[in-house]
Formats: sequence, structure tokens, C-alpha cells
Amino acid sequence: MARNEHITQNIDWLTVLIYAACVTMGLFNVYAAVYNPEEQTKLFDLSNNAGRQLMFIGSAGFLIIAILVIDHKFWEAFAPIIYGFCIFLLLAVLVIGSDINGSKSWIKIGSFSLQPAEFAKLGTALMISKFITQPSVNLTKFRDLLLTAGIILLPMLLIILSKETGCALVFASFMVVLYREGIPGIYPSILLIAITLFILSLFFSPLYISLGLVVLAVIIFRFVLPRYDRNQKTIINLSVIFGAMMLFSASVDFLIKNVLQPHHRKRIEVLIDPKADPMGKGWNVIQSKIAIGSGRLWGKGFLDGTQTKFNFVPEQHTDFIFCTIGEEHGFVGSAAVVLLILGLMCRLIFLAERQRTRFARAYGYCVAGILFFHFLVNIGMTIGLMVVIGIPLPFFSYGGSSMWAFTILLFIFLKLDAQRPFTLSRT
Amino acid sequence: MSENRKFFVYGLFVLVGIIYLIRLLYLQVLDNTYETASNSIRAIPDVPMRGQVYDRYGNLIVYNTLVYDLYVTPNKLKVADTLALCNALSITRADFDSLMKAAKVYSRKKPSLFLRQLSKEDFAHIQDVLVDYPGFEYVKSSVRTYSAPTLAHALGYVSEVSQKQLDAQEYPYYRQGDLMGQSGLEKFYEEYLRGQRGVRYVMQDVNGVAKGPWKGGELDTIAHAGQNLYTSIDLEIQQYVDSLMQGKAGAVVAIEPSSGEVLAITSAPSYDPALFATRDFSKNYAKLALNPYRPLLNRAVMGSYRPGSTFKTVQALVAMQEGAISPGSIFSHAGAPMKCHGHGGLTGVSSAIQWSCNPYFYHVFRRMLYANAEKNPFKASAIGLQKWHDYTQKFGFGQKLGIDLPSEAKGILPDVEYYDKRLGKKSWRFGQIYSMSIGEGDLLITPLKLANLAATIANRGWYISPHLVKGIGKNDNPLPEFKQRHETGVDRRYFEPVVDGMEMAVVRGTVSRGAIIPDIVMCGKTGTSQNKKGKDHSIFIAFAPKDNPKIAIAVFVENAGFGGFAAAPVASLVIEKYIKRHVDRKAYEQEWKNKNFLQNVIIPKSQLPKPKEQKPAPTKPEATIVNREKAAFNKLTEAP
Repeated sequence: MARNEHITQNIDWLTVLIYAACVTMGLFNVYAAVYNPEEQTKLFDLSNNAGRQLMFIGSAGFLIIAILVIDHKFWEAFAPIIYGFCIFLLLAVLVIGSDINGSKSWIKIGSFSLQPAEFAKLGTALMISKFITQPSVNLTKFRDLLLTAGIILLPMLLIILSKETGCALVFASFMVVLYREGIPGIYPSILLIAITLFILSLFFSPLYISLGLVVLAVIIFRFVLPRYDRNQKTIINLSVIFGAMMLFSASVDFLIKNVLQPHHRKRIEVLIDPKADPMGKGWNVIQSKIAIGSGRLWGKGFLDGTQTKFNFVPEQHTDFIFCTIGEEHGFVGSAAVVLLILGLMCRLIFLAERQRTRFARAYGYCVAGILFFHFLVNIGMTIGLMVVIGIPLPFFSYGGSSMWAFTILLFIFLKLDAQRPFTLSRT
Repeated sequence: MSENRKFFVYGLFVLVGIIYLIRLLYLQVLDNTYETASNSIRAIPDVPMRGQVYDRYGNLIVYNTLVYDLYVTPNKLKVADTLALCNALSITRADFDSLMKAAKVYSRKKPSLFLRQLSKEDFAHIQDVLVDYPGFEYVKSSVRTYSAPTLAHALGYVSEVSQKQLDAQEYPYYRQGDLMGQSGLEKFYEEYLRGQRGVRYVMQDVNGVAKGPWKGGELDTIAHAGQNLYTSIDLEIQQYVDSLMQGKAGAVVAIEPSSGEVLAITSAPSYDPALFATRDFSKNYAKLALNPYRPLLNRAVMGSYRPGSTFKTVQALVAMQEGAISPGSIFSHAGAPMKCHGHGGLTGVSSAIQWSCNPYFYHVFRRMLYANAEKNPFKASAIGLQKWHDYTQKFGFGQKLGIDLPSEAKGILPDVEYYDKRLGKKSWRFGQIYSMSIGEGDLLITPLKLANLAATIANRGWYISPHLVKGIGKNDNPLPEFKQRHETGVDRRYFEPVVDGMEMAVVRGTVSRGAIIPDIVMCGKTGTSQNKKGKDHSIFIAFAPKDNPKIAIAVFVENAGFGGFAAAPVASLVIEKYIKRHVDRKAYEQEWKNKNFLQNVIIPKSQLPKPKEQKPAPTKPEATIVNREKAAFNKLTEAP
């Protein structure tokens, strides 16, 4: 079959369009967030963050071209090397990293800072996709599961060591791809039950949760299970499962009170009760909600936001960029952004499903999963539904590392997708 | 099979999307609380009063005085007659302009600090006038106030939190302009003293006029006042010590042996703590930092000295416990490279302590290092030194005692590793390190450690880590670590000859006759600490009474010469004052108050002394608007 004549041939233009829309809206909102009416901040000015964001976007364009030129087989073949290089960078940052906001996770090159943790997601996504789609690997086998967990946990651990817990949590999103690629349903179920119990433990004491679990167990045994299953063996199984759940909720309580560092504990407390830290994290959440809430249906208009200026909301142009959107463009604007990202994620799943190689499909799920996690946490925290975890909103938040990392992540997949007609195998 | 799983993934994405859309619809369209809040709610921090500090009898040492900070918001300011305003504020037109310029640079829309720490009286005068000038507002604040100009080093000071400290905080409690304990007790007990800040959310109109609480005060939090510190300091004795240390450089630490409570702690020369509680903080700090006698250095816990002969008590105790000598051991002067001061015949450990016989302790230390099976002197020295180190360490040397003051110095208690590093493995032996036998050489201690040694001997074998705070807030107990007894591992019976020797040293030994306290049996040991520059430092440790001791003390007087000469009289006067509550030896007291040894203190020529104390806010003078304001204000207060 003939090789593609043009690098953009067969590329999924819908995704590219959504990407371009996100990046453009992001740029204008970063500009709005740093805009100072008294100084007439200019967009094309490298001394402010909007100008720099524009430069990041421009350089991301070169990255896209490079990815489209590079042969699509490169990514699968070199996945282990890229992964290894990311691990190396994560190790290096622990040694030579510079301190920004209390976490040692940036490598300074001249006047620019690079955050290896952002790129580690990419490396791990490639590695996981390659590993789990090898014919010899079976995700129902314990040994392979262990290796898979190792691939994910290694960078996670290194990122936690550099005090970027939020960034490390993103790696939980690989559960999506593992689920799709055939991991036994019990594992995501355990994760979901654990998260549910965790959240419940924040609001209720372990005693009440235990009582609730006992009631639930009795109901299941008495009313849900068929009569022939109501034997002693089932009782033992049920008590082991529910006993483990009670133990878990009790240990969450212990963990929060005794193990977590004060600033992590505070973030969780703030979610339950913004009063817990009114001038710090609680203030962020209150201010963020005020900013978004004050946008009403149509918003206050571009550059006319009042809450999102003058540092009312901290991290305005990075992690809390969604506030600017909510305030200046109202429900219409923020709903549009939610729908846009939702559309992108669903489109990625659609594209992933039509791949002919398992590697490409798995990688597509990785990208969708990572995007989903950022979407879930970032927007969730600005509207007071999630713990405040400092991770950016993909394509919108200010920052070179995240802009580049997400662009590369996405366009590798688009490149793989574009090569789909020329690949035959489907394992 | 797992093909169907894609529907779950779609489902999850869409579900979250829908939840978020509903939430946004609620926040932005249905619920209008947030709209009314917009642009008009303000969080007003409610800064609680800092905890007060008391002495052991309940006398106030540190309390707070109410002051007012004046803020200005440039955009809201309407001044018809600037001159009248300047007169009311008693500042000049030029100052007004410079302060206003600084405020505008910071922000036109947000209030910035205009004048800091106006006293109640000044403020009462201004308050009436300010009504005519919208744009000004005031915030109540407080400054630390001291009932006596003493204890500056131990109390420490409070100042505005620096940018570095703001960045470094683990969990962001402090904000720009907050006050924070920077040294001493103020730093160590910061979390207890500062209390818990509250916040009120108020609505205000465009002009910043308060329109009542937001959401009916539902989200407000109440400020909790800081907890008081009940210290073990005896304020009267503390001031008495200060008066004796006038004209001297050095340190005095007095401890109640049974509890480890610090009765008095002085580092001389000292300064008035109130100097750091005014708006002239930066100026005063700079002045003290440049003082050649280094008044900012807390010599009591940070000063490192050689212990001199006071260390012979430890040598005797460890040697007896190790079994190297017995209480009746006698050594001839022969073979020792040090001279003796001349005395009658020795009868054992107690008389060696009484006369502070150098050759005797040379032999004691020698025996400790060589009293093992090893024949090779290098190897034997290493084995002996390690054993000696392990015993001596239990007295608290070479480590932090854990006093409740920041930046306590560890000192040096050399072990095998120390000499291996300095002199090379297996290439050193007793002959190179014998000067430690009499407390010279590489040993370094702090006055606090020697006071603790005196307390340990007074207790005959144990100590409780010295501490200044015996109660926090409603809790009558000190921190748990200050209830714990540390055993030295030396038997009680070995303390008796040492204590006897210390008693005899005062009665008829190395201590000058004047230091004998009428009616009180004091046990003491002199020390003369050699130093490269200038005269020896004079050291004295003591406790009294001999039975059931009430006070243990260490006195350091820099460059004052022989230990029995300068330090012993100071110690004896403090002990007399503490036990009797008055001093009978009036002339003697006056004589020692007037003695001045400062002229002996050698000041390094070219280099100005740099205090090792942590660098506080003033290191970044131009960093904040408040400092700019402060600088401007300092300038104008100096103007004629």
C-alpha cells in the first residue's frame, strides 16, 4: 500500500478542531486572568503570562509537526526508552530540582522551568500501552498485573517524593485503560468501593459506617441472594468482605488524623467544611465559587470580570483558570467548555475503538483517561465538588510543561490514528 | 466481552459531565447567593491576642498593648485639605506624599498599610478627624510589652513574617503582614502563643462601607486567643543577675535541680526586649547587630566555650564509674606535662577537686584511655576514648539538651570518629589529646550544659532537661519531654567525694574567700577556659545547699581571668539572693556590680561580628510595602 503523501492525510480533523478551540479559549482566558485594566496588559508581550502562553502554544505547533513527521512505529518501538528517560528525569529532579511553591519538581533551564512529572504521564502511557498489549501478557494473571502495577507505581512514587502528590494521583487514571484491556472487574470495583468508603469516612465516623455496612450485609444475605446461596460459606465470605470494608473505613479515619501531612489534611477538611481554613484553602474554594457563581447565565463579558482580577482567587491563570471562564462567560461559557472537553474525551474513545492495533487502542484509552482525571479534579475543585488538588485543566491552564505534554500526548494518538488505514494487524 | 466495557467508560465520562453541568447550572443560574456576594464580600481576619508570659510567681513578664494600624485605599481617598490631614496625623506633606505613593504602587484598589502601631492616645486624637476622609480605615492590632527590660534573649521577639518564611510554611497559615515569633520562647512556643485566627465575612457597598455579615455570619469563625506561658523564671533573681552582669560579657544560667526548671538565664551584654517591639524594629536591630560585643548572640545556649577545670568533676565521676580509679586513688605529679597550682597533700578524689590539681586529672584520664587489654597505645586510646565518650555523653555533652529555646548549640564531645577524621585513623593516642583531661583541648560546651552539670551533681546522678516553661495555657504541665529523668549511669556513691571536694573548694580551695556565703553551704568548682584571643574566660559552677539543693548555677565571665576570681562571686551572690531573698554582703555585692571586664574582650579587627541568630525580616528591607512604609516612617520620626 502506498505511503501517505502528506503528513496531515487521514488525520482526525474533528479532534484537531476541538484541540484548537480549547487552546484558543485557554489563551484568551489566561489573558483575562492576568489582565490589569490599569496597565493595559498586552497579549503579545513576553513579560506577562499570556504572552508566554502564546509562545508555548506556538512551540506546541512545532511539536505537532514533528510528531506527524516521525514514523508512527517509533512510539511503540521506543516506548521503554521514553519511559526510562522519564524515570531518569524524575530521579534527576529530586537531585537538581529547584523549589517552586514548596515542591521540588522543576528543572530550570535558563529562564524556563520544566516539570518532568507532566511528561512522565506520556512516558508511562506509552509503556503501559506497549506492555499490556503484548500477546504474552495476560491481565488476568497475577504476575502480569504486578508488573503493570510496577510500571505505574514507580513514576508515581518518584513524583510523590518530589512533593507533587496531585500530579501523582493522575496515574490512577490508568485504571481506565486497564479496565478496557481486560483487567478482572474486581479491581476497578475495589477502587470504586474504596473511593466511596473514603469519601463516606470523611463525613461519618467509622462507627456509623460499620453499622451501615452490617445492615447492608444483612440485606444482601436476606433479600438479594437466592435461597440456595444462603449457607455458612456465604456468611463467611460476606463477613470477610464487609469486615475488610469496615477495617478500611477505620483506617482511613486513622490515616487522616495521624498519617497525612497537615496541608493535605487541611485540603480534605476544607472540602467538608470551608470554615476549616477560611483564609487559606477554604478562601480559595469560597472565592472560586463566588467568581463562577457571579457569572450568571451570560457572564460579565470578556475582561470585565471583577472577582478573578487582583488575585482574589489564587493560582488564577493556572489551576483555577476555570473561574475566569465561569465569571466572564457565565453558564453558557462554562457549560460550553465542559461539553467541549467531554466531547473530546468521547471522541478519543470512539477513535480508540476503531484502531486496528491493540497498542493504538490502549494508548487512546490512556489519553482519554488522563484527560478525564484532570477534567474531573480540576473543574470539580473550582465548583466545590472536589478536593483542592493542584493539577491543571488540559489545554486551558497556563504553563509550558502541561501545554506541551498534553499536546504531545494527544497528537501521538492522532498520528497513530492517521496510520490506521495502513496497518493490517489486529491482535 | 471487554468490548462492551467501552460503554461503561462512555457512561462514566457522561455521568461526570452531567453532574458538573447540573452543579454549574445551580451555582450560576439558580442560586443567587454568590451573585450578591460578588464584588462585595470581604474577609476580615480577626487576629487574636498573643498569649502572655508569666514568671514562676505569676508576675507578668510579657503582655500586649492595643495599637491601631491605619490603612489607606488610594482609589477611595478623597482629601479636600491635605495640609489639615497631615497636621492631624502629625506628619509632613512630603511624608504623606511618599507614603501615598508607596500605597499606590502596591495597589489602588486594595488597602495598604499607611501608619503602623498608633498608640491608643494618638489614635483617639486622629479618629475624629478621619471621619472626614473616606479611604482611610483602621485595624486593631497589638504590640508586645515588657514589664521589665530583661530576658531579651530568652523571650525572643515577634516581627512581621518574612517572604522566605511565607514561602517555606508547610501549611499556609501566615499571610503577608502577619506577626510571628522569630526567636526565643516566642519562636519555640509560636503555635501556642499565636492562638487561632478567626475570619468574618462582611458585605460592603462600593465605597467599602460595611453592610453586615454575609450569609448571616454562617461561615464566620471565631478567633481564639493565644495561650499564656507560665515560665519558671524568677523575675527578681533574673534582674539581679542582670545587674551583676553589667559591664561584663558572658552568661549565667540558674536551674532548680529537682525539676530542671530554669530560674534565671542571662546572656551579657543584653538589650531591652522592648526595642524590638516598636516600629523602629529594623533600625534597632541593625544597631544591635553592629555592636562589637554581639549583644544579639544568646551566649547561654549558643555560646561555645571550653569547660576548663569544671570538667574535672565529670572526669572524676566517669573514672570512678569505669573503675579506672577509686575515691581514694592518689597520683604523683611526676610525668604530667601540666603544672599544679600548689596545694597540700592530696588524699584522693575530693582533695583533687578541692585544689583542682591538673597532674592528678592528667593521670586519671590517662588511666581511662589505657585501662584496657590492648597493648598498642593507638588502639588502646581509641578503645578507651570510646568508652569514656559513651559515659560522658550521658551528662548531655556533645548534644542538644533540648531546652525550649531555638538554636541551642550542640558543643563538641570528641569521640573516636572525631579524631580519626582530624588526625587520621590509628595515628593518635592519649599524648595528643590529654588536654581534655582538664577540660581544654577540643571540648566545647555551652553555659547551659554546665548549669545542667551542676544540677546533675546536685541531684547526685540525674537531670531533667532544662526548660523555661512549666505550664501552657490551662495545662499546668510542661511539655512531656520536660518531665523525663535522664540518668547518667554513674552510681550515687561516686558523687559524694566529688560533692565533698566542691564544698571544700569553696571553704578552703580554689575559690576566693569572699565568695563564701554566710549560713549556706555552697558546693562549687572553678574553671578557667583558655581561648586563643585575650585573657582566659572565668567559669564557675555551683549548687546550694549541699543537702537538698535548691539551685544549681553556671556563671561565665568572658576574659575575666581565673575562675575563682570573677565567676564565683557572681554565682555566690545569686545563690544567696535566691535562697535568702536578700543579700547580706552589701559591699561585696556593690563591688561586683561595678566590676567591668568588657575592656578585656577582644573585638575582631576588620570584620564586624555577624550574629549567628536566624536572620529575620529586616534582611529584605525593600521586599514589602510595609517595610517601605516603615522605612519612610523611620525617616520622618528622625526628622527634627
